[in-house]
Amino acid sequence: MKSKLYFLSTVLAIFLINLVKDSIDPYYYTILIYIGINIILASSLNLINGFTGQFSLGHAGFMAIGGYLSISMSTYFAPFFANLFGAGVFGENMTFLTVMILGGLAAAAIGLLVGVPSLRLKGDYLAIVTLGFSEIIRVLIQGMDFIGASQGFRGVYQYSNGVKSLQMLDNTQDSFIFYGVPKYTNFFWTFFIAAFIVYFIYNLINSTYGKGFLAVKDDEVAAESMGINTTKFKVIAFVSGAFFAGVAGALYGHFNLYLNPEDFNFLKSVEIVAIVILGGMGSIPGVIIAAVILTILPELLRGISEYRMIVYALLLIIMMLTRPQGIFGTKFKFKRKKKVESA
Amino acid sequence: MIEFIQQFINGLSLGSIYALIALGYTMIYGILRFINFAHGDVFMIGAFSGYYLAFLFSFSTFTGGASVAMAIVILLGSMVVCSILGFTLEKLAYKPLRNSPKLTILITAIGVSLFLEYGGQLVFGADPKSFPTLLENKELFNVGGAAVFSNSVVVIIVSLVLMILLRIIVMNTKMGTAMRAVSFNHNVASLMGININRVISFTFILGSSLAAAAGILFGLNYPKVDPLIGIIYGLKAFVAAVLGGIGNILGAALGGLILGLVETFVSGYLSSTYRDAIAFGILIIILLFRPTGLLGKKEIEKV
Repeated sequence: MKSKLYFLSTVLAIFLINLVKDSIDPYYYTILIYIGINIILASSLNLINGFTGQFSLGHAGFMAIGGYLSISMSTYFAPFFANLFGAGVFGENMTFLTVMILGGLAAAAIGLLVGVPSLRLKGDYLAIVTLGFSEIIRVLIQGMDFIGASQGFRGVYQYSNGVKSLQMLDNTQDSFIFYGVPKYTNFFWTFFIAAFIVYFIYNLINSTYGKGFLAVKDDEVAAESMGINTTKFKVIAFVSGAFFAGVAGALYGHFNLYLNPEDFNFLKSVEIVAIVILGGMGSIPGVIIAAVILTILPELLRGISEYRMIVYALLLIIMMLTRPQGIFGTKFKFKRKKKVESA
Repeated sequence: MIEFIQQFINGLSLGSIYALIALGYTMIYGILRFINFAHGDVFMIGAFSGYYLAFLFSFSTFTGGASVAMAIVILLGSMVVCSILGFTLEKLAYKPLRNSPKLTILITAIGVSLFLEYGGQLVFGADPKSFPTLLENKELFNVGGAAVFSNSVVVIIVSLVLMILLRIIVMNTKMGTAMRAVSFNHNVASLMGININRVISFTFILGSSLAAAAGILFGLNYPKVDPLIGIIYGLKAFVAAVLGGIGNILGAALGGLILGLVETFVSGYLSSTYRDAIAFGILIIILLFRPTGLLGKKEIEKV
């Protein structure tokens, strides 16, 4: 019950900070939002890579699905949502919640589709399949004209005769409204979802049911012989990870107000993996701190940005050679107090 | 029909490049049971060392100095450079982790791969370089606009020679026998007096030099090289290795050729937009229906 209390008080704090968000310097505000999004992305990957011991390299693909689906819904169907929920603050937030959940569900559905066949495979195959899958997603988006193909997507012109176009049309006299991607993402949504996913994963992992994830990670064969359906646990971890990646994509899209397929390339996946590894696979607080560090670090390194990827690469190698358990390691974990001492 | 032959030759030449890279993946997997993610970047370094060696020997097509001898020297030179690179990578990054969990080694390999890519971007520059014409690209025959060029044929022949050489090394030499023994069982092989470390180093050297050859052959056929070509070609070669059955040398060659042909035919006859997606589509299908690949054997997990 203690964790619920922590969660509720965090949400309250987030809500209070949200009231004064306009007084935060826009530059720092942007960084704050990106920190939140990275916490969501890294925590959801942590569930797959850290707790279940699988290796997904396709998180950017799920993010792309959620992001593109949600921003195309909130632009193409903007009038529909405005009718449904009304136009005010309440309507906007309801619209956002709806498209965010739909984006997450779409990512989860694709995650199920990819996961069921590929999770029967061992770690390195899964890495390649997920990487390949996220490349396929990117190539497919680059071929889809209605979401801007490789030009990226900003919004849509809706004409009174029902025509919808990404460019302004010259050959028509009809009146039009431009529906750009609305800026729905704010401090509250980002950090509310970040707090929620941390709460969700914490409770999942510490439940009796959640021990199955750790069992799969520790020894798959042993887990299976204990009667654990390893494939089921892997799929659950993978699909819920995909869901939150999709939600993070929606948050990113409604903050940046522009999405380009190149935002979701292989390097994006690597960035998320780097956060999880720096924080320590399977450590919830470690990953949160690493998300903060690795979001701020590129800002500090702005002057030497061409070295950024080399820094990431060396970070991965050196971490693996010296501290494969992450900087904070296994000591730094939320743990429940042991009620029974081992005999 | 003539267009078909043209596509077929192009497909074979692309496929033999994939096959040469795939051989490295498959040999290293056979010995160490891990995917050397950085192998595609060794291929890129191979192409770039060819590029710089060509300038070092003050040889440039612009003055018309293409000669077969020079091309062979550059091919061998770049194979040596990549052998050294492969050897060093194994000693520095992979050897300390030999008894670590698989995931640790995989992440290290990704780190090494990124390091080579972005280190390459820093050293060579991010812009694509035009590869010097090592051999004059003659038109062999041309019927109704469908032409077959000599370099495609050169690529096929050189790869074939290298693959036959590899086959001889693996099957008929003492080191090759040791390699096969290690790939069966490390412990038993070392009890038989085989120096495991030396075999692993040799495998890395062999695989990296084949990747370097692939890099030079790539440069013959495709005029531009850039520091990030290793990503996509490495991944596709990996798909080829899985397609043929990872760990199986013949399978890697076969998988590479099949992938090259399929890719060329699909982009020639259907659509070239999704040509990069084809390889991954094949990968997902093969993992679904025959995870051991075409020629692979099923491994039984013992507890």
